[in-house]
Amino acid sequence: MIATSPNTRFLSTGLRRVLGSRVVAAMTTPHGVDRYLELFDPTWSVNEVRAEITAVSHPTADSVTLILRPNGNWQGFRAGQFVRLTVEIDGVRRTRCYSPANSVHAADGKIEVTAKAHAGGFVSRFLREQARPGMVVTLSQADGSFALPEQRPGRVLLISGGSGITPVMAMLRTLCDEGHAGRITFLHYCNAAKDLIYAEELAEIAARYPNVELLRGFAAVEQCGELQGLFNREQLVTAVPDYAEASTFLCGPPGMMKAVQQLWVEDGIAERLHLENFTAAPVVVDSANAEGDVRFARSERLAANNGASLLDQAEAAGLRPEAGCRMGICHTCTCRKLSGRVRDTRTGQLGEEGEEDIQICVSVPVGTVTLDV
Amino acid sequence: MSNFSKLSPKQFAAIGAEFDDIRNRVLADLGERDANYIRTLVKRQRRLEVGGRVMMMIPPTWPLGVAALSVSKILDNMEIGHNVMHGQYDWMGDPTLNSKNFDWDSADTAKNWKQTHNVEHHTYTNVLNRDHDVGYGLLRMSTQQKWEPRFLANVPLTVILHTFFQHFVAVQNLKLEEYLIYKTKTGAQLKEDFKPMWKKMRKQLAKDYVLFPVLAGPMAPLVFVGNVAANLARNVWACAVIFNGHFPEDVEQFPESVLENETRGHWYVRQLLGSANFSGGRLMHIMSGNLSFQIEHHLFPDLPAHRYAEIAPEVRAICEKYGLPYNTGTFLQQTLSTWKRIFKLSLPTRDAGRGRLEPVAEEVPLRMAA
Repeated sequence: MIATSPNTRFLSTGLRRVLGSRVVAAMTTPHGVDRYLELFDPTWSVNEVRAEITAVSHPTADSVTLILRPNGNWQGFRAGQFVRLTVEIDGVRRTRCYSPANSVHAADGKIEVTAKAHAGGFVSRFLREQARPGMVVTLSQADGSFALPEQRPGRVLLISGGSGITPVMAMLRTLCDEGHAGRITFLHYCNAAKDLIYAEELAEIAARYPNVELLRGFAAVEQCGELQGLFNREQLVTAVPDYAEASTFLCGPPGMMKAVQQLWVEDGIAERLHLENFTAAPVVVDSANAEGDVRFARSERLAANNGASLLDQAEAAGLRPEAGCRMGICHTCTCRKLSGRVRDTRTGQLGEEGEEDIQICVSVPVGTVTLDV
Repeated sequence: MSNFSKLSPKQFAAIGAEFDDIRNRVLADLGERDANYIRTLVKRQRRLEVGGRVMMMIPPTWPLGVAALSVSKILDNMEIGHNVMHGQYDWMGDPTLNSKNFDWDSADTAKNWKQTHNVEHHTYTNVLNRDHDVGYGLLRMSTQQKWEPRFLANVPLTVILHTFFQHFVAVQNLKLEEYLIYKTKTGAQLKEDFKPMWKKMRKQLAKDYVLFPVLAGPMAPLVFVGNVAANLARNVWACAVIFNGHFPEDVEQFPESVLENETRGHWYVRQLLGSANFSGGRLMHIMSGNLSFQIEHHLFPDLPAHRYAEIAPEVRAICEKYGLPYNTGTFLQQTLSTWKRIFKLSLPTRDAGRGRLEPVAEEVPLRMAA
């Protein structure tokens, strides 16, 4: 969708074919052509999606909107999907998921992501404080099944809470660009009017498209949106009487998601509800006792955590992960932890939650841990 | 007499705690500085590589091209490859600088290297029969190795090892001596083990000796010779650095019994006694992959190597405190000392006739006090 003349497109596909050829692969072995291309420009790559930040704005006090120009490897996205965005903070790569909020028909081919910086949000805080135009980030291809179906539904209800607004914003903008004929209700909850990320644009859209209805719910009592207070049945029935006929897309904080989901289940219309979890429920960590399970994702095995090193537990479960010194020196056993926390047996230090590489011979699980083994 | 026997169990524990403390301090401090360091170095290495290969195709710049590619290969193998494959930069979470994924511009596969080097050599440093780097199955490097007539060729074989170092390292995991000399390995087994090695070797040979010469057209012979020279320079330099790290005369070697009930403190002390440094400027340290700090490297193989210079004074102070040697000297001194050992051991030695492995000479039993 990037506007290019046929000539430059021919050149770029020609160049791409050469750079991706076996001869170039043989010339650049064992490092690969990307490791040389990045010498010239950090966004150049044959295989990876990288993007340059071209603009940074702060729509509300605690959020940041980035406009990203992806390189030619970006295959586009379906409205509602997310990308894994990787930045480097103090030498360490961190990856988080963000949903592009722009229309899939955006003519400039750029991606817009908005991150809300909450207290524990290490990466979003970094983006809010440090992101500058010219910075280069790494992206995955778009992923996720939460998306507008190719066959656009007629009546659409979009429900979001807080920063869960971004994927449904992409849906709304996309449908508007397509001149969608059916009715669209955009139902959004947040704490106060000043926290509403796309406030102005939403108001404009609602004024411009007669088929779009905007309903804002603010938790703060003194603030008057179209709705008052938290999501509940009474409120929904009054505001959106035909909700049962609509295809509904939902994204928001866990409490709100649960309430909405429950109502749809009670009404027996759960198949009309599409949803996206964008925050995991907090995990309670008790480091004193061996609790939880050890899950070996690739080999699909499960064992009760017995407090031993993950390497020992993997072997006890009949697995044979690569291992060497068994004392944290050789890094032969390093493998990907997909979730959970571990304690380093050498330092006694409690590691980070989430995806990272760990040496399983010197890591004991603290609670449930999933390994890519 | 081994310095091992001078320490009490309490002292071993205290030494272990002091070294752990250094390690934890550096680990807690890792960050942007280390990431920038390795990235800058990778960038420079890749520029030297591209520049070197181009300059080699133009006759007037040929010598410069050879020099640039030699330096590129040395940096790629030592300060980058060796260190990245140790997992020194795994904490960055960058797949291109991760010990799991990284491969180097050498005939040796990353997988084999991590087995023979990271596991065997680093866990069992200088333990005879366990650390294959002690002589590479080819040389006699310790009085505790029983003398055999084949060791008369110790010196010429060491020269050959330096010359073809990358290929010797590549086939190290085959343990060729088990097939050729001791007949404990079959030809079929050898062939099977060689397959993955040949796959990597082939690619490296094709790149340096077919592809780039052909690309140079009429300059093909020039590029061919240039690549031979660059590979040779890297081979000799890498081998010399490694030999200086473990084979100067005062560096200790250990019998297998040392591994029984070895504590972390004992392990640290064994690493210390089994390694030697050499002095030099910043460039010398970078070009040797900071293996000029072989002692620090063996104590902390997974700390980013550019940190070794910073912690070396502390390591040295700990050695002094416990009366342990800290073996260092100039590059030349260590080289001469190493070759002296190689010369000496090509002939039978007094205590070798007993035919079994024992602690050096008049040794007191190891750690019997414990």
